[in-house]
Amino acid sequence: MNKTPILELRGITKQFPGVLANDNIDLTLYQGEIHALLGENGAGKSTLMNILYGLYEPTRGEILVDGKRLALGSPSDAIAAGIGMVHQHFMLVPPFTVTENVILGNEETGAAGRLNTRTAAKQITEISQRYNLEVDPYAIVGDLPVGVQQRVEIIKLLYRNADILIFDEPTAVLTPQEADELVAIMRELVAQGKSIIFITHKLREVLEVADRITVIRRGRMIGSTTPAEADQNKLAEMMVGRAVHLELDKGKATPGETVLAVENLTVNNELAQTAVDDVSFVLREGEVLGLAGVQGNGQTELVEAITGLRRVVRGTITVAGQKATNQSPRKITEMGTAHIPEDRQKHGLVLSYGIDDNLILNTYYQAPFSRAGQRQAQAIQQNAEVLVEKFDVRTPNATAAASTLSGGNQQKVIIARELNRPIKLLIANQPTRGVDVGSIEFIHSQILAQRQAGTAVLLASTELDEILQLSDRIAVMYSGKIMAIVDANKTSKEALGLLMAGVSE
Amino acid sequence: MERPNKLQSIAIPLIAVLMALLIGAVIILISGSNPLAAYGALLEGAFGSAKGIARTLEKSTPLIFSGLAVAFAFKAGLFNIGGQGQLLFGALVAGIIGYAVSLPALLHIPLAVLGGCVAGGLYAGLSGWLKTQFGAHEVITTIMLNFIASNITDYVADGPLKDEGIIARLPQIQDSAVLPAIGPVPTGFLLAIVVVFITAWLLDKTTVGYEIQTVGKNPNAAKYAGMKVARTVVLTMFISGLLAGMGGAIETQGVVGRFQPGFNAGLGFEGITIAMLAKTNPYGVIPAALLVGAMQSGASQMQFDAKVAPEIIDVVLGLMLFLVSADMIIRRLIRARGDDDSQPRLSSGWGN
Ligand SMILES: Nc1ncnc2c1ncn2[C@@H]1O[C@H](COP(=O)(O)OP(=O)(O)OP(=O)(O)O)[C@@H](O)[C@H]1O
Ligand SMILES: [Mg+2]
Repeated sequence: MNKTPILELRGITKQFPGVLANDNIDLTLYQGEIHALLGENGAGKSTLMNILYGLYEPTRGEILVDGKRLALGSPSDAIAAGIGMVHQHFMLVPPFTVTENVILGNEETGAAGRLNTRTAAKQITEISQRYNLEVDPYAIVGDLPVGVQQRVEIIKLLYRNADILIFDEPTAVLTPQEADELVAIMRELVAQGKSIIFITHKLREVLEVADRITVIRRGRMIGSTTPAEADQNKLAEMMVGRAVHLELDKGKATPGETVLAVENLTVNNELAQTAVDDVSFVLREGEVLGLAGVQGNGQTELVEAITGLRRVVRGTITVAGQKATNQSPRKITEMGTAHIPEDRQKHGLVLSYGIDDNLILNTYYQAPFSRAGQRQAQAIQQNAEVLVEKFDVRTPNATAAASTLSGGNQQKVIIARELNRPIKLLIANQPTRGVDVGSIEFIHSQILAQRQAGTAVLLASTELDEILQLSDRIAVMYSGKIMAIVDANKTSKEALGLLMAGVSE
Repeated sequence: MERPNKLQSIAIPLIAVLMALLIGAVIILISGSNPLAAYGALLEGAFGSAKGIARTLEKSTPLIFSGLAVAFAFKAGLFNIGGQGQLLFGALVAGIIGYAVSLPALLHIPLAVLGGCVAGGLYAGLSGWLKTQFGAHEVITTIMLNFIASNITDYVADGPLKDEGIIARLPQIQDSAVLPAIGPVPTGFLLAIVVVFITAWLLDKTTVGYEIQTVGKNPNAAKYAGMKVARTVVLTMFISGLLAGMGGAIETQGVVGRFQPGFNAGLGFEGITIAMLAKTNPYGVIPAALLVGAMQSGASQMQFDAKVAPEIIDVVLGLMLFLVSADMIIRRLIRARGDDDSQPRLSSGWGN
């Protein structure tokens, strides 16, 4: 590897009101390396990258690209200096084609200001061949799967000749297969001279792909290491500052009465196609049923049908002995159901509300939060203070807007809300997406505590490790059907992988 | 519930107003008059005498209501452009109850106001219902219903219930339905202030207000939380229309003294400007309406003393609306003066 620093961050400090998000951080990126940035939720990773990309202006510090000082707080200067960023939430225009998206903001026009998409499309094809980023330049972006949309984002950077690529949690929304493909793409990019800063919470990926690893904790640099010197436990410890138990001893399940019964359930997706196809299963008190499957095989629709967010076409759902088929979400919640939704910003939170108002999102109308139709400010605030403390939400105060929280802390707000009332059924869909190892440990222990307390848990996750660790039984979905329900102790990743691909023995 | 940057939400409209007045001054200057004299006369006309003050308050009153109507609907993410139609129906129904019913004042006044409220509320509620049932966008339906309202009310004023004489209007309301004034302060104005406080209370301190705002900010989360989104939309439109209708009723009972269509022209539309100037904050509606009311109230004095065409007022109002709506212009100006750390969050993806 070439040992010339292409990028140097020196003494970067960022003070938000009440939060020192970055505290005197130094970071060096060498040309041709993949540099992983690790840290707990709220450690300040995204802030640091937003500073590098010019979205935020640092309170102090300087940035050198190729030894030259970079003007701070200006994305256009950062882009001109060859810095590109793939944001967690893609910045694409869904109805536009791949080419239109790539050239957006950088359009080449011919005579009379006509867009010249043909040469752009040719360039895109060249880029995609050169870096193995397979994509059709004329496809409509909205029709593409998430993994391919992400490729479009990468092409967009390459089209602008970015040499320093920032990936902020790129794998959080990807299926394991897509994540593997992305890793291959990253390798190809550095092989051809690009340099990458890679943020993720998945330690396995870090060890697999990174050349160097830098850990930050509470805004400070803790240290650097390499995959050769570290293992998952050591990384976790550096991040959190204490030993983290990556393996859980969950004890034996003692299933009781049936809490959730799903019979011959059929549900459609938005396009009126069958998404859940004649599915039946039961879930008992005190057990965890894992719902495994490649994303898009009906898990989302199944969960939405059970929680009342989607209409049932055929079949029945029973929760705690009550008919829950096509009942309102409110009714189903009142039957004792808690729901950790898959997309926290779409369903789980009102971003402009404070943490306090988000913590009462589905109990706001009950005592003690409401009396005679009036909001009880004191009870609402007290509830927030208690939960912020108990669930370790990192925030300057309990009234801060949810939008100012880091991704993982937003997730903790939802978990706190859903687990803090008496429930019989917990539906958790991707509960640890984008969450750091310390918090994963915490969330997993909370889910197991619910199981111990007799709650029935339905856990949908695309992470097989998570499914295997927490579940007593595992239902594998493929193409809207449940392929099999297997005993978690008597199966393996490989066996599940086959079922997820639609192969039954 | 929401915690916006307080300073900014006050500074931006204020700067917009000042800039609009400044540009207005330039236009007055170009047209050959003295802007200082013009604005002086405007102020004099609006606040220089008890009569002027009374007129300013009177003009502001319906503006508070129609501004509040727009601001309120906005909290649920709804754009009620139909304030004009709702206000017309409110004015009409109050006018009918005002002359056709005989009751002691203590009952007659509130009954007529209530009638106007319900009329406006139902009319706007119709738009809400069309939205939830058929997905018809409220901007389209409220605009169309404006036309229908203006034609129906014109017909009623010129047809079955027409007063004697040639003017298309209803008979005068009975004395027992007239809203009196307390010195220079019209009762309607006081009512408007009370209603502003009630509206703010409803939005911030009640569970219904929490539902309305949640639906406005994130309808998906509202559904997830078990809120009845469709019902909330209809209810919000109903209340919004109720506010506009109340403005119409008070105009009939406190100012015009009968239903006469021409007197209500444009009042509902000004509500949009006022809600924007107020940054959709209920309390902000009061100064915004006073400002617009004062400019309208002082316009004739300005024309008389400084020989400036009163249309300049509309130009200045238009500029204000433009500047608050395109508030990036002002944000940039403020930032240029060294205000940092108030930048909006640009990336909102989870994980960021
Ligand atoms: N615009 C903002 N205003 C105020 N505080 C902010 C803002 N953006 C971030 N913060 C705070 O700065 C800290 C660092 O946040 P950041 O998003 O950088 O964390 P992160 O390391 O990316 O975490 P995650 O892994 O959860 O995404 C957090 O405490 C967060 O609440
Ligand atoms: Mg982040």
